Amino acid sequence: MSQTVLDVRGLEAGYEPGVPIVRGASITVDQGEIVVVLGPNGAGKSSLIKAIAGLVPITGGTVLLDGKDITAAPAHTMVRLGLAFVPQTENIFPLMSVEDNLKVACGILRPREIPARIEEMYAAFPDLARQRRTAAGNLSGGQRQMLAVARALIVHPTVLVLDEPSAGLSPKFVAMVFEMLAGIRKSGVTILLVEQNAKAALAIGDRAYVLVEGKDRHQGIASELWNDPVVAELYLGQRRPDLGKGGAA
Amino acid sequence: MNLQFVADGLLAGSMIGLGAIGVTLTYSILRFSNFAHGDFMAWGAYATLAVVGAIGAMFGKIAPIAPLSFGWPLIVALIIGMAATGLLALALDMVLFARLRAKGQAIIVVMASFGASMALRSLLEFIFTSRPTYFSRAIQIAMPIGFGIRITPDQIALLLLTAVLVLGVHLLMTRTQTGRSMQALSQNAALARIVGIDVAKVVRVTWIIGGGLACVAGVMIGMLIQIRPFMGFEMLLPMFAAAILGGIGSVPGAVLGGLIIGLAEAGAVQLIGAEWRAAISFIILMAVLFVRPIGLFGVGER
Repeated sequence: MSQTVLDVRGLEAGYEPGVPIVRGASITVDQGEIVVVLGPNGAGKSSLIKAIAGLVPITGGTVLLDGKDITAAPAHTMVRLGLAFVPQTENIFPLMSVEDNLKVACGILRPREIPARIEEMYAAFPDLARQRRTAAGNLSGGQRQMLAVARALIVHPTVLVLDEPSAGLSPKFVAMVFEMLAGIRKSGVTILLVEQNAKAALAIGDRAYVLVEGKDRHQGIASELWNDPVVAELYLGQRRPDLGKGGAA
Repeated sequence: MNLQFVADGLLAGSMIGLGAIGVTLTYSILRFSNFAHGDFMAWGAYATLAVVGAIGAMFGKIAPIAPLSFGWPLIVALIIGMAATGLLALALDMVLFARLRAKGQAIIVVMASFGASMALRSLLEFIFTSRPTYFSRAIQIAMPIGFGIRITPDQIALLLLTAVLVLGVHLLMTRTQTGRSMQALSQNAALARIVGIDVAKVVRVTWIIGGGLACVAGVMIGMLIQIRPFMGFEMLLPMFAAAILGGIGSVPGAVLGGLIIGLAEAGAVQLIGAEWRAAISFIILMAVLFVRPIGLFGVGER
């Protein structure tokens, strides 16, 4: 049994008081795992991980990271606590160069180690190295996603949390993004991601949760979940043939 | 045509540009037009004047540094005045703007800045009266520097100071973590927090820079023209014109905008008469925005 890195217990969260979107969700992520959160539209998947990252007010439950209570810590302290978040959209600073996008995220590193760390990111993402002076807004969709992930990884996070990394990308880039995530896991980073693209996400994931109406309804081994009848009924339903073709609903 | 307008325009443009940096930073980072920014200039000038007076009382009369009209007391006073004006801006943000910003409506903050502007100005009139005052009553002889242009040593010193400050702010914005954080915050506040930027800290830095530069602009006006409670308020329109002309959020843009407006106004005085002075800058502003709506250095919304 490996060590639990992220432990979310009975989390309740929502933008307005009295209107919870996340209603008692509990998930765990173990060291080195890729955990996928699936669920129908409006199930509160995004809100769940945004609440974990400090971006949606939490009204109940706890979030533990490496045993530390990080429930409702201010969003800007999360990288220092070891949690790096990649939002679904607008996840880069479009008018800043690729290099400045990386540098601006290095606030918690010692100034002396920043240049070497940036070079490490360029080595891991050669596409970015070739465009280090380019304004990030001019990158392609897949490269933007790469930059957003590199920006999150640069601070040595304990856990990388991603909100629908494949959303809005063409099928070619979707494959590239999932390949990249599988590679990052190999380097030892723990990953929690929310996805609409269930088939592709389950293909790289270790375990998955199905979130329905703000609560975790079902969980299982990623590779088995695709054929699980409970999941088919809860989530995939009649729309199953349409899923997994790379499109977000 | 007499080329003297070049020197006059550069000086006026420096004052406008230094003020416009604060306006453009406040607008792009805090997302509101701070109409009290001109009054920071006046407060900076009076604060510096007060410190000069205090130093005079403590150390007696101190000879100016030849060939300038002022000695080290003014230099020390300017640094203290910059800090004081930065703190004033910070205090105003804490008691007024931050609370209103939290409610999320930009127009309320803008209106509040109008109120703050009037209050700050009235307070100056109350403390110092509305009679003009001066840093020095000494008359400097302007030296000819060729092309029919004459300039005083004070004016040369102030132009150099402006250049140093503008370069400093530009390097801060582009080369330091603080500057990158400011850029990040102006582009995407939510993402700035996600990448670990302490927004409250960046906001404080923004006010201190804006306030400090406003103080320098105020002292320039005080040295070259006179010190009056209304001195900053009257700069408000040209400052906003410069910030918009240069492209909101751009430090070099604000300075260039200031210089263009300063030169245009000075040139207009010679060519078509002083009464058109204010109009000409707005004609230029409209012409530029007609061709390039986002300003000279502006970047379109993504």
